[in-house]
Amino acid sequence: MLDYLEEILSTLKQNKLRAIMTGFSVAWGIFMLIILLGSGKGLQNGMEFNLRNIAQNAIQIWPGRTSLEHEGLTKGRRVQFTNEDVELLQREVSGIEDLTGRLYLWSEVPITYKSEYSNYTVTCITPAFYRIRRQNLIKGRFINENDQRESRKVLVLSQSIVDNLFKDEDPIGQYVKLGGIHFKVIGVSASPTDKDAKDALIPLSTGQRVFNGSHNVSNLAMTTAYQTVEANKQVENSVREFLAKRHRFLSEDQEALYVWNTMDSVKQSQGAFNGLRIFIWVVGIMTIVAGIVGVSNIMIILVKERTKELGIRKALGASPWSVVQLVLSESLFITALAGFVGMLLGMGVLHGATLILSKVYEGNPMIRNVFYNPSADFGVALSAAIVLVVAGLLAGFIPARKAASIKPIEALHDE
Amino acid sequence: MSKSIIRVEALHKSYVNGKNSLHVLKGLDMNIQEGELVSIMGSSGSGKSTLLNVLGILDNYDAGSYHLDGIHITRMNETKAARYRNQYIGFVFQSFNLISFKNAVENVALPLYYQGVSRKKRNDLALEYLGRMGLRDWAHHLPSELSGGQKQRLAIARALISKPKMILADEPTGALDSQTSREVMDLLKEVNQTGIAMIIVTHENEIAAQTRRIIRLRDGIIESDEENAAFQHESSAAFLS
Repeated sequence: MLDYLEEILSTLKQNKLRAIMTGFSVAWGIFMLIILLGSGKGLQNGMEFNLRNIAQNAIQIWPGRTSLEHEGLTKGRRVQFTNEDVELLQREVSGIEDLTGRLYLWSEVPITYKSEYSNYTVTCITPAFYRIRRQNLIKGRFINENDQRESRKVLVLSQSIVDNLFKDEDPIGQYVKLGGIHFKVIGVSASPTDKDAKDALIPLSTGQRVFNGSHNVSNLAMTTAYQTVEANKQVENSVREFLAKRHRFLSEDQEALYVWNTMDSVKQSQGAFNGLRIFIWVVGIMTIVAGIVGVSNIMIILVKERTKELGIRKALGASPWSVVQLVLSESLFITALAGFVGMLLGMGVLHGATLILSKVYEGNPMIRNVFYNPSADFGVALSAAIVLVVAGLLAGFIPARKAASIKPIEALHDE
Repeated sequence: MSKSIIRVEALHKSYVNGKNSLHVLKGLDMNIQEGELVSIMGSSGSGKSTLLNVLGILDNYDAGSYHLDGIHITRMNETKAARYRNQYIGFVFQSFNLISFKNAVENVALPLYYQGVSRKKRNDLALEYLGRMGLRDWAHHLPSELSGGQKQRLAIARALISKPKMILADEPTGALDSQTSREVMDLLKEVNQTGIAMIIVTHENEIAAQTRRIIRLRDGIIESDEENAAFQHESSAAFLS
């Protein structure tokens, strides 16, 4: 084995510059492949980061206006959800795990603490909400069943609102005025995707009783008991049919309900990213193929130049197979070494990019939703390594066959 | 009676080049015993190079038969041919055919590399053979740093290291001046004294005169095959013993 390596190195040393130039094309190909794959991963991570604030099997439904006539009713009727819808859905439609109605108070409610005040959107929810839209609890607690049942005047604020109103004071247990009514702050939360989000959450029952006086809810949010697109779609359809019957519109009416099925869009974008990944591999491999052709070319020239040497080896007892091995392992050595260097460089650049991007996020967190943590993982490195070995063998194949077919007499008398 | 190392019967060889066929060897019969010192002479085009290639298993022949140390050498695959060359035949060429980027030890050890001999063992052996050729001090020099005579001695060391039954020397002194030629011829004769058959292909009468037997080729047939009356028996060679 050591002999083997020495044979390879001694011939490569003959043509250092050429070996380096040849290796460069392969290193470049692998470098590009790693960069492209890392960037693709970055885009995907960005998209997934974007979805961190919602359960992957969530379905959210907003009411609209009917656009088709049905059962003698005219089109253009407004659909309004109520607590009854929530209760009936929970009871009648199978496959729903968690369900909450959400009520938005009239936009921009003033929240006052001592002399500080500002206008915010207030959302009324039930505890199930936290299992559908994800929130990080920073302090205190979330809204619970008792709050909902007893219509307590409590609220959970986003960290950024707390920063505005309380400065350095501990907000937990303090009372703020919300639309003129005192609410007790029980918790501080933060959105996992947007630390500047300004959410003020109060129990749904409290919101309905204090501000609205009815049983209306603005929209419905739920999670299903399933993890597949098909099953989620099925739940979505049953919910749609159930609501259509209750609110007397055609279930085919696309404007009566607006549905956002998270699983559906997750799967769609995953499909898109799979497509992107395939595209990147194709482009990357094409680049590597150019490298292979380069290596192959050089090896053919090398073999031609070494005709005499290979002829001597054969006269002295080298079998054709040993000559093939010699050439193949040289080409494998060049491609593997160069490719490894390219891979390391590519990974280094990605790592550097991640570091730089983490600085950029501090200034502009929205970029994170587009491009986040570009990286090539172990699987990519392994595939790239396999590509390299195959490339090296392919590149050496033609030159090696040429070398094996050298006739020692012709080589020896070639003066 | 000693054993024959080369037995050639009715050997024919043609080169086909498109529609033209060149009949080079036209039925040769030849029998060379173990340990003989033979020269094969002929002008260019006489077929002596072709004969050398066939004897060296570097080329096939068309008809007849060739036995090397009792083994019938017939069309064989290259792997087998390479093994026979490695085991039975040492080559010495006019242009030395050393590998330019390998030093003296590596060049000499190369046949053993293809026998799978371990690195240490073959390098030790190579140094020993270099010593016998008076090249120990040059062991780590590249061929380009050696004189013509030294290169040929290096090539002879390489030919000997695999302990062949015979040495095929193709114009071994063709590229050397007369003083060095004499030294190399003496060396080859000494090698022959150790019992290795020596077949020297040459077109120089001076070289042929130093061999015991001279075979003359002309137009692909053996013109004459006779003992060399002028051959001087040298009993002085205590070399390699």
